[in-house]
Amino acid sequence: MGRDRSGCVARSALLTALVLLLCCPVAGNTAEQESHTEHGDSHGSNDTSFHIVTFRWEHVQAPYVIALWILVASLGKVVFHLSEKVTNVVPESALLIVLGLILGGIVWAADHTASFTLTPTVFFFYLLPPIVLDAGYFMPNRHFFGNLGTILMYAVIGTVWNAATTGLSLYGVFKSGIMGDLDAGLLEFLLFGSLIAAVDPVAVLAVFEEVHVNEVLFIIVFGESLLNDAVTVVLYNVFKSFVEVGAENVEGLDYFKGIVSFFVVSLGGTAVGILFAFILSLITRFTKHVRVIEPGFVFIISYLSYLTAEMLSLSAILAITFCGICCQKYVKANLCEQSITTVRYAMKMLASGAETIIFMFLGISAVDTEKWTWNTAFILLTLVFISVYRIIGVILQTWILNHYRVVQLEIIDQVVMSYGGLRGAVAFALVVLLEGQHVHVKQLFVSTTIIVVYFTVIIQGLTIKPLVNWLKVKRSQQREPLLNEKLHGRAFDHILSAIEDISGQIGHNYLRDKWTNFDRKYLSKIMMRKSAQLSRDKILSVFRELNLKDAISYVSEGERKGSLAFIRSSSDVNVDFTGPRHSVVDSSVSAVLRESTSEVCLDMQAVENRAKSPKDREEIVTHHMLQQHLYKPRKRYRLNYSRHKLVRSDGEKQDKEIFQRTMKKRLDHFKPTKLGNNYTTKFKNMKKERAAKKKHSNAVPNGKLSTHSVSFQVKDSEAEDPSDGGINFLITPADNGSDEISAGIENPSFSVEEDQSGFQMIPPWVSNEETVIPSQRARLQIPRSPTNFRRLTPLQLSSRSIDSFLLADISDEHPLSFLPESSM
Amino acid sequence: MGSTPSLPAWEIRNLAHTTGFTSEQIEILHRRFLHLTDGKATMSKDCFDNIPDLESNPIKSRIVNAFFDQRNLGLQSVGTIDEITFENFLTTLSFFQHMGENHTKEDLEYYKTEKLQFLFRMYDINGDGKITLEELREIIDDLLSKTSNTEKTSSSIADAAMMEAANICGGQMEPDQQYDGITFNDFLQIMQDLKIETKMHVRFLNMDTSAICK
Repeated sequence: MGRDRSGCVARSALLTALVLLLCCPVAGNTAEQESHTEHGDSHGSNDTSFHIVTFRWEHVQAPYVIALWILVASLGKVVFHLSEKVTNVVPESALLIVLGLILGGIVWAADHTASFTLTPTVFFFYLLPPIVLDAGYFMPNRHFFGNLGTILMYAVIGTVWNAATTGLSLYGVFKSGIMGDLDAGLLEFLLFGSLIAAVDPVAVLAVFEEVHVNEVLFIIVFGESLLNDAVTVVLYNVFKSFVEVGAENVEGLDYFKGIVSFFVVSLGGTAVGILFAFILSLITRFTKHVRVIEPGFVFIISYLSYLTAEMLSLSAILAITFCGICCQKYVKANLCEQSITTVRYAMKMLASGAETIIFMFLGISAVDTEKWTWNTAFILLTLVFISVYRIIGVILQTWILNHYRVVQLEIIDQVVMSYGGLRGAVAFALVVLLEGQHVHVKQLFVSTTIIVVYFTVIIQGLTIKPLVNWLKVKRSQQREPLLNEKLHGRAFDHILSAIEDISGQIGHNYLRDKWTNFDRKYLSKIMMRKSAQLSRDKILSVFRELNLKDAISYVSEGERKGSLAFIRSSSDVNVDFTGPRHSVVDSSVSAVLRESTSEVCLDMQAVENRAKSPKDREEIVTHHMLQQHLYKPRKRYRLNYSRHKLVRSDGEKQDKEIFQRTMKKRLDHFKPTKLGNNYTTKFKNMKKERAAKKKHSNAVPNGKLSTHSVSFQVKDSEAEDPSDGGINFLITPADNGSDEISAGIENPSFSVEEDQSGFQMIPPWVSNEETVIPSQRARLQIPRSPTNFRRLTPLQLSSRSIDSFLLADISDEHPLSFLPESSM
Repeated sequence: MGSTPSLPAWEIRNLAHTTGFTSEQIEILHRRFLHLTDGKATMSKDCFDNIPDLESNPIKSRIVNAFFDQRNLGLQSVGTIDEITFENFLTTLSFFQHMGENHTKEDLEYYKTEKLQFLFRMYDINGDGKITLEELREIIDDLLSKTSNTEKTSSSIADAAMMEAANICGGQMEPDQQYDGITFNDFLQIMQDLKIETKMHVRFLNMDTSAICK
């Protein structure tokens, strides 16, 4: 307990410091301006002279303040995550709102103006699109379309139900007189109902990503929150215009128009999204030579779809959602691995940043005395009605849906669904958009919306996790699919669609099968690169990943006895490194982020958690091992700045360190068994000899070398086609002889062996015999014994490397300090 | 198709009892059956060629064979028969029925095992109770036929899959030890995480859609 408290104190101190830091420029702002002008006045005569330094706050004010706010929000996030305990209990969104409230309060106390609020323009144009795009782009399509019927039901019927019942009930209570005298009619109440009814995607995502409920439940709640946008927009616009023309002027025809406009808005928005997804996929097909700007297209075109839909007054959220959903397959197939990672990270960053800002500004926006009008009855009843009607709506709809659903939605699911009906920034932005001259009770609506948003995000957000735990809601399982599961899953699809064909039924499987065929025959041909078309089979990709893992474990434990696959077919190369996708090697990070269909990977939280799981850690370790054992050869100096080409930085320093560690480890391993005490002198001899050898090796032409070296390497250099934007697989194809050899095998222990025996003074590649570095696999299969390995000793380390490795052995503590200058 | 002879009511009741279909579903499926057989009472493999949508299915022959597999029809012997009756047809389809909610746990487990049995038999062509590497390779060949052309790929995928199966079921293998095939128990173990009961099912409507679906 005591520790907790001290932790809290530390945190709050930090927070205060942060706040103070920030408030300085903001609060001091006006004062500075005044002094600045005074300054200018008093020295008016000097104005014409040249100033070495001028203070131009106004010049940078707008972007500066924005940047500062973003910084605060992000720092806030950092601070929250310092303590796992806090973020485990309190959802981040709630913390951010509270932070916003505090900051807003301070700014208001200092300045007495609430200059920073969440304006609808900023929200709808800049903050919402990234979040929704992120949601669409990472949407697990199969789950989404598998549950589309259910989602649509909740999104359309549920939202209309919520809006109507909330509005009407509030109006009914108002008629009874409890709320006192409000200048509002039925239409105003319906308008309010329509904007408060919609479940908010931002809030739902923020809260649910920390809860990790199972995919089906998540996709239903989240899908609903995305798709109900069309309903909200239409209801909102219809009632808003009704309110503006006045209740008495509304004709029957207008209601009809409202219904028509619903279909136009929703289907139109979807169509715009699909159209832009098509354009995007088509463009990414041809971006092979402009790899650097490739990721930009994804963002720009998706954003354009949003703006276009907005321009045509269609549902912008639907447009960008469907743009993301439809393009994901083709974009992922077309872009190169690095671009995909870039897109993924950039999108997560934008979405997460936008979300952070939204919640903080929701907090800040509340600090504005002008906004507040309190009406206890209205506010309380709104809270009660939205909760109660949500529950009733969910139960009724689920009852209907369960007649048609295979996987029944159980009571527990219904509880989570009704409880997960969070309201958020969309409602707030919509209510702020209302015009005071038409809606006279705008203040009250705004206040109520803020309370509702706070209530749902903070109270429900806080309690939903314990609730989910308590109800033992099925959690999502996060693991990589097994190859067998993929195989059988694929077989399932075919079997099921065949059974539907045979029995003459039209079901999900029938439709999916038809769609897959259509996609394969036409869409993929148009929108995917040729190389991508061949390799998009999921089974193949899982297979490749597995193969990679195999390769890693082989390489890292060369002496381990070979496992089944390699024994079975010893005649051909099993690891298909030349696979068309070149996705064989991911960095450990991208491997962690590697998306798989089995899981909903919409949130960074999950990604982080996955990184912590033992299996992934193991994977990281293996990746690391791989790096250790087969790091790239030292590169010649290369210009590494270019705006148009990405030069891979090798992280030389790190490589060095890894290198040293490897060497040291090997040495340690070797020490007790082979060398005894005098190994250092041996190594010194070795060094000389190697220097001599290096001369030889440099003289050897490159081409000859690669013919001698392993099939593995040869293949790799083929794979390293520059047009494919290269993943360097393990060994970069050599640009000089010595490098290539050193990439072959580096194991000092065996070279010592060589030294001792004095055998084979001529390096194998100099002699014209068929000697030769056996293939990677051959090497693996040969048990590690001195006699066998004597032939494999083309150890080639640069003199520098040996120095560092010797030094590393001498001084464990400060290996880096002994590095040659060039690596610093 | 107004003139199709419908089944007598008692037979429908019987079938409903044994296969678990509702009588509406049985009538619809019967109509479908007759449509496929051109009015004959038994069905041969050729009848499945009348279904255009089935042509594009890479594992068509396996699925068709499953209908004629005696093991699926409750007969003890191994092998296929040439002609099946409507009852046989229904029996096979009933593997794909949705399991209702009101079953005991044992029942559900039983149905699940049944479904997996069906699947297993589809892989285990020769009926020796094991999916051998060869059999696995064949099905992977079928599954990949559309997208991949190398034989090597399918055989190495089969290797990998087999190895994975061996790892799951037998722990780490010694190199000289041979894992000679996936037995049904192993198969159950591999598939335990795949929620078969929610995946392997087809919704049999009470509505006649044969007019839309050729």
